[in-house]
Amino acid sequence: MISKKQKEAVTINLDGKEVEVPAGVNLIEAAALHGKEIPHYCYHPQLSVAGNCRMCLVEMGTPMRDRGSGEPILEEDGSPKIGWVPKPVIGCATDVIPGMHVKTDSETVLDCRESIMEFLLVNHPLDCPICDQAGECRLQEFATDYGRGYSRYEERKNVKPKRTRLGPRVTLDDERCILCSRCIRFCQEVADDDVLGFVDRGSFSTLTCFPGRELSNNYSLNTVDLCPVGALTSSDFRFKMRVWFLKETPSICPESSAGCNTLVSSREGEIYRITPRRNDLVNDSWMPDSGRSLYKEVRSEDRLTKPRTDGQDCSLEDAIGAAVAALSVGQVGIVGSCRSSLEEQFLANQLAKGIKAQKFLRGHFGDDDGILLSSDRTPNLRGTLLSGFASAYPKDNLSSLALALKKGNLDALVVMGEDLFESKVDADSINGIPIIFLGTHENATSQLAKVVLPTLTSFEKSGSFVNRNFFLQAFRQSVPGPAGLLPDIQLLSRLLNELVEESFQGSDLDEIWEDMARPASSPLKSLCFSDLKKGCVQLDGSKWASLPFVEKKALHYKPASPKAAKSS
Amino acid sequence: MMLDAETLQLVGMKFLFALLMVGAVMTMAGYSVLAERKVSAWMQGRVGPNRTVLPYVQYIPILGPFLRGLGIFQPLADGLKFLFKEEIVPGHVNKLYYYMAPLVALVPALTTMTVLPFGEFFHDNGESFPLILADLEVGILFILAVSSLGVYGIVLAGWSSNSKYPFLGGIRSSAQMISYELAMGLSLLPVFLWVSEPGSGLSALSLTGIVASQAESTWLIIVQPVSALIFLIALFAETNRLPFDMPESETDLVGGFHTEYGSFKFGIFFVAEYAHIVVGSAIFTAIFLGGWHVFPWVADPWPENWLGSLLGVGCFLTKTVLLIFFFIWIRWTLPRFRYDQVMHLGWVRLLPLALVNLVFYVILVSWLDQPVATN
Amino acid sequence: MAKTVVLERKPLSLSERTYLPQILTGLKTTFTNMFKEKVTLQYPEEKPVLPPNYRGVPTLVKDPNGREKCVSCQLCEFVCPPKAIRITPGSVPEDHEDREHVEKAPQEFEINMLRCIYCGYCEEVCPEEAIFLQNEYSFSGYTRDEMINDKAKLYELGGTLPDDHYKWDKKKEAEEKGNPH
Repeated sequence: MISKKQKEAVTINLDGKEVEVPAGVNLIEAAALHGKEIPHYCYHPQLSVAGNCRMCLVEMGTPMRDRGSGEPILEEDGSPKIGWVPKPVIGCATDVIPGMHVKTDSETVLDCRESIMEFLLVNHPLDCPICDQAGECRLQEFATDYGRGYSRYEERKNVKPKRTRLGPRVTLDDERCILCSRCIRFCQEVADDDVLGFVDRGSFSTLTCFPGRELSNNYSLNTVDLCPVGALTSSDFRFKMRVWFLKETPSICPESSAGCNTLVSSREGEIYRITPRRNDLVNDSWMPDSGRSLYKEVRSEDRLTKPRTDGQDCSLEDAIGAAVAALSVGQVGIVGSCRSSLEEQFLANQLAKGIKAQKFLRGHFGDDDGILLSSDRTPNLRGTLLSGFASAYPKDNLSSLALALKKGNLDALVVMGEDLFESKVDADSINGIPIIFLGTHENATSQLAKVVLPTLTSFEKSGSFVNRNFFLQAFRQSVPGPAGLLPDIQLLSRLLNELVEESFQGSDLDEIWEDMARPASSPLKSLCFSDLKKGCVQLDGSKWASLPFVEKKALHYKPASPKAAKSS
Repeated sequence: MMLDAETLQLVGMKFLFALLMVGAVMTMAGYSVLAERKVSAWMQGRVGPNRTVLPYVQYIPILGPFLRGLGIFQPLADGLKFLFKEEIVPGHVNKLYYYMAPLVALVPALTTMTVLPFGEFFHDNGESFPLILADLEVGILFILAVSSLGVYGIVLAGWSSNSKYPFLGGIRSSAQMISYELAMGLSLLPVFLWVSEPGSGLSALSLTGIVASQAESTWLIIVQPVSALIFLIALFAETNRLPFDMPESETDLVGGFHTEYGSFKFGIFFVAEYAHIVVGSAIFTAIFLGGWHVFPWVADPWPENWLGSLLGVGCFLTKTVLLIFFFIWIRWTLPRFRYDQVMHLGWVRLLPLALVNLVFYVILVSWLDQPVATN
Repeated sequence: MAKTVVLERKPLSLSERTYLPQILTGLKTTFTNMFKEKVTLQYPEEKPVLPPNYRGVPTLVKDPNGREKCVSCQLCEFVCPPKAIRITPGSVPEDHEDREHVEKAPQEFEINMLRCIYCGYCEEVCPEEAIFLQNEYSFSGYTRDEMINDKAKLYELGGTLPDDHYKWDKKKEAEEKGNPH
């Protein structure tokens, strides 16, 4: 968001009131800062200005000056005479000038809006009952707020193709398109994949992909979010659920260390879609398509839903008892996870300290697309550093664990969701060591584990992640987890309390935060979980600046030292 | 004492007789329930029970559908329903008295009919006996004594239920009974005075005597209308009929004394209530409406033989049934009194009225008797 | 300010104070009532005459061409006060002959008659005039499952109703004769 304090302020006259706005903003933003809505379709704060929808027409004028003397010309009552621009101007492409006068609700402006709405609706189909955008549609909103209320159009409406496939994830309903070109600008400016454009003229204008191309980049679904009407629809969400049924919960995308802010839309415990949430410090208004389909893992086939001991389903109490029995003898190794929340990593560290266990950690790395999908494919690698679980930068494997197993130092293993056998650990080297597996999905390790304690996905629990910029961001539970399962922090605090004498670890987020913020040297000092409700919190990561972070330069991110970035 | 054949015969006869009477009264009680439902329905523009029918009966042309429409078989179904309902005894009741209460309510109702004459039997030799189980000299006193025992059943039910509504019902019932018992007794005294005028040779405390005094003479309702009115009102109160049904007023006491009762125990209460009405109507008929004599001032138009007996009984029953109809009629016409109004009516209106009535008849009878004394 | 006027009630006469004449009048009223015509409707044999705007069991109707009208917009589900309606939306395949313009149709449509309060909001809100509360009023069943009307049952109950709009026919005509792209 544009903050008033950031820039130099200028004074303009908005609907007869003198207001201060930052210099350089356009009239839409300036009016929004003072609670006036100027309706618009094509303008988007994070895209270039196109000015083709004409919805944001306002009246503008400046105080007149005498050309010869430069003296202000005054009205008869002594007030400066305003030279109004004879025709309305578009608010999106008009930046504020000191002293300018703007009318956002004059008769001319209202008449302009009414006429623009009428033009936009001339060929718009009466699709609202089946349109996925209904309920969050700008056209619906502005038609009720500024529209004429009845139709004067008696001719047949244009009929255009209703389900054009633009790409693997995006379907276009041509009839509904109002030609605002937001999607085209997004593909050019943000996704850097220029595939969309308009062809034909007049009422035959159509949005289409360039010949032989399709809208298949990893940011294509952002065009669906951008579309102010229901023209671009997500093939995945198409006809699944009306938006007014959906409960939106703020969350953080667990896909990569970019930590995109998201809204998880669910109804009655079922997630239907994930959309980006605007955060100008982290992800603007975008997120990758790959992160949007992560909700499917909640209901996937290989989801662990029942606690197991020795391959047999059992009650959670029995499983915890078996885990405690297996961990209370000999040397324990704990394999942490960069996918766990900060609180879970803190508890895992407490557990490791309490039972003097050896700690292991692996990272998951991939290609960096330079936007919002970073090479670090875990949401919380920096959390392991902050929580004290790890001090060194993890490798993409668990060779240190393999070494320890080969030496035969370990008598039991706690594994947090990682698959050991995909991490350069030999199945033979386990050699009957009991494995306590805490994870959400089945894998080779969970199948071999003595005790399986199913945990919850990030959609089913609350917690916080630290992203690549050391922004601490909270995510909230959006749907309930499978029946009978406990959140990870409760499982970990149970284990901690039962294994470590004189340990009274609370399992409440606020209690854990109290413990985390207590050490004087903690970077989380003077923070508590409820602070994160207001927004992300920038932490001091200079302590770890020398570590070889793998992320490359991307949207809102610059590697701390180019050397470290190169070394990955 | 040796039991000779005559005594045995008498006992046998009386036993048979008693069975017949119990059967008759219970049947009448059952059918009064039906009458209650039918009459109330008609008065409210409805049709009332008209679905119950015995197997095959509805196939009888004309008669079958008619009986079905009249609901003739409804009492049977109602009785069976009470019998087969689940027996629920709330955990908080005093078991002994809880089980006892319905019986205590029913027994007085049935006992009173032992002294109730309902006809005359003409012997071949010209003698006539009243048709009665026990021709007590003090029959009316017996009735007054026993019928007021019925309230014990209600009080007992209210107390043993151990619950507030039955308790209130029981208390109201006993208070109401005491209040109207007085007016009732006082309203009968002028009757005794009138009937037992010196020299008439009739025992005024015997119901047969009272009936006999009305033969070919005026009915007592004509000479003593105020007594009859007070007695009738008191009868309504004693039988807990509607303008006075304080003990079970549904609007304020849920079900009153029988709130905690169900199935057959409730059924017994129900039957007892209607048995009271039947017996009460019969008593009123005997005392004020000339008993089995068909018209006042006129000799019975039937011969003095078995046919005459039957017609006499029929006449008595007709009067009783009409009176039962009157009971039902009143119920569906008048709204319920408030409890304080019931008390006010009993103590402030009926009791003084009965006393004034008594004094009036004392003076009247003594004045009428004067010539006899001087002669 | 309104002035309070105290009305003196006429004192009761002696006969009125005994209440007996009034009781007799009441008895007369109830007695004459006994012989008036009965108003009881002998239900299973005699059926009531339903008014034209009667709200019975909600049903789904088809248009005169036998096509399903519901487009699963879920507005009825949204407006339903007792949450009796549950719709699973689905799409119409592109090669569907009659309904290629409709695109969307309910995959499953359930109305829980144990929840329904017959308010008629669903009929009121339906933009396609697809749901109607018709004359069926004695809907019953032996199990809870039986009381949930699924899509097939709803169409069976609803049948076909006349349609004044022929929205989709007009759309088809526009495509054929209008401004084809």
